[in-house]
Amino acid sequence: MTMLDETPLLSVERLSRYYGERVGCRDVSFQVYPGEVLAIVGESGSGKTTLLNCISTRLEPSAGSVSYRMRDGAMRDLYRMSEAERRLLMRTDWGFVHQNPADGLRMTVSAGANVGERLMAVGERHYGRIRDTATRWLSRVEIAADRIDDQPRAFSGGMRQRLQIARNLVTGPRLVFMDEPTGGLDVSVQARLLDLLRGLVNDLGLAAIVVTHDLAVARLLSHRMIVMKDGRVVEEGLTDRVLDDPQAPYTQLLVSSILQV
Amino acid sequence: MSAATALGEDLATYNFAYLDEQTKRMIRRAILKAIAIPGYQVPFASREMPMPYGWGTGGVQVTASIIGPQDVLKVIDQGADDTTNAVSIRAFFQKVANVAVTTKTREATIIQTRHRIPEEKLQAGQVLVYQVPIPEPLRFLEPRETETRKMHALEEYGLMHVKLYEDIARHGHIATTYAYPVLVAGRYVMDPSPTPKFDNPKMDMSDALQLFGAGREKRIYAIPPHTRVVSLDFEDHPFEIQSFDEPCALCGAEGVYLDEVILDDRGGRMFVCSDTDHCEDRRAAGHRGHLSPDEAYAGHGKGEGEAAR
Repeated sequence: MTMLDETPLLSVERLSRYYGERVGCRDVSFQVYPGEVLAIVGESGSGKTTLLNCISTRLEPSAGSVSYRMRDGAMRDLYRMSEAERRLLMRTDWGFVHQNPADGLRMTVSAGANVGERLMAVGERHYGRIRDTATRWLSRVEIAADRIDDQPRAFSGGMRQRLQIARNLVTGPRLVFMDEPTGGLDVSVQARLLDLLRGLVNDLGLAAIVVTHDLAVARLLSHRMIVMKDGRVVEEGLTDRVLDDPQAPYTQLLVSSILQV
Repeated sequence: MSAATALGEDLATYNFAYLDEQTKRMIRRAILKAIAIPGYQVPFASREMPMPYGWGTGGVQVTASIIGPQDVLKVIDQGADDTTNAVSIRAFFQKVANVAVTTKTREATIIQTRHRIPEEKLQAGQVLVYQVPIPEPLRFLEPRETETRKMHALEEYGLMHVKLYEDIARHGHIATTYAYPVLVAGRYVMDPSPTPKFDNPKMDMSDALQLFGAGREKRIYAIPPHTRVVSLDFEDHPFEIQSFDEPCALCGAEGVYLDEVILDDRGGRMFVCSDTDHCEDRRAAGHRGHLSPDEAYAGHGKGEGEAAR
């Protein structure tokens, strides 16, 4: 892959989120650079999803800041933008892939409309062009062109997940958030999905933040990773380094807990 | 109230136009706000009316709040002045407001309507009151009210085109024929109530004031006179209104909205103006269709022969 850009795309500074007395995540800081895939790993309840929701403007943090480099090059604090700007960002420059595809798809409209929705949201008003783009994207995520008018309800779990990915990538986002993208899929489908994701991330030069508890997924997809425990970052570094030579006791435990087949 | 006293004993048992004055003030405030923000759905505290939801409780409340003793009221239901809903609402206002009623579009100052806009062009000073079942055009795409309000606020209307996209994908053309979404004054997307899309062009730059009342959903919205109302479409699938192959069977009118009437159980049918007043007017002026009574008597067998086919 090409040399990483020097200025970060997303910068998180001392981010904390409390649920009353309880800690969601505390004092988290990191940067994501263009074209880089960052994995956030940790056990259930370690604050991964809270962190992801905070940086993707889906949940307001209690303290700290998240800034994002807009297409014009200016760093903007996400929580000082207007809601309209944030939502525009979410549906153009960002993508969000949910663990459960039903959360990220419109289950009662056709696959083509699911992919086309973002195009229509940014003002595309030509049916033929929307349909062409949708067809192209479906083939890119390995969904047969003759399924374009079927509703995602009629799709298998793996197809739904791929459709969700197409729907998110159609506007050419620069940053994609993924929450357990392979959760709930069987291993052969997982492998194909990971293959696809790896290809797309490489081709499009996407930056991605992937939340997962599956270290194998992290190893395959990410360049760098953050290990979380009890809402704090316990270790951070290049993926291969963290997994091959874990420093923090918790990471060592995590790595040694991987089941061997 | 002076109007009530002027009308005397007829009104002994009701406040003028049924609603109490405080309620009418509240509704008028909502109407004023709706006029100030064309196409925006203003919440209001909808009252129980002496009729079931879905029968025009919203329209009736709007009418009751704007009607005065000098007004002349016309009520139509699917274009007709003589259907149950229209007759009952007209009788209701005769009783509780003692106003003059008419079936003539041009004589009316207030026209309450369900599912049609009269064929005759409305004039400045007239008010068209629509009965609206579901005011939210995004409802069937996005069930959360919090979310649809946000979408209106932030002008996020991509979803509306998703619906039209689905139509084309499924039917090859935009198959929505009624409650066809419009963009009002370049800002708010609005549901024109279940009027056929045939009537959408009449809303654009109308000389009359158009008010919409949804009783169950508790929303009022409006299109002030001379406001741009554009029907949504795609560049390669432009908005089109319905067209009919034959003229009205009674008055011979073309370019009007027709109802299909089944004549017998052998497939006999005719198409007649849905706007009964318009049709009667034309017949009074001497226009005839191929099934108008006098002609049917004269050329006996013609209509029958067709019906038998």
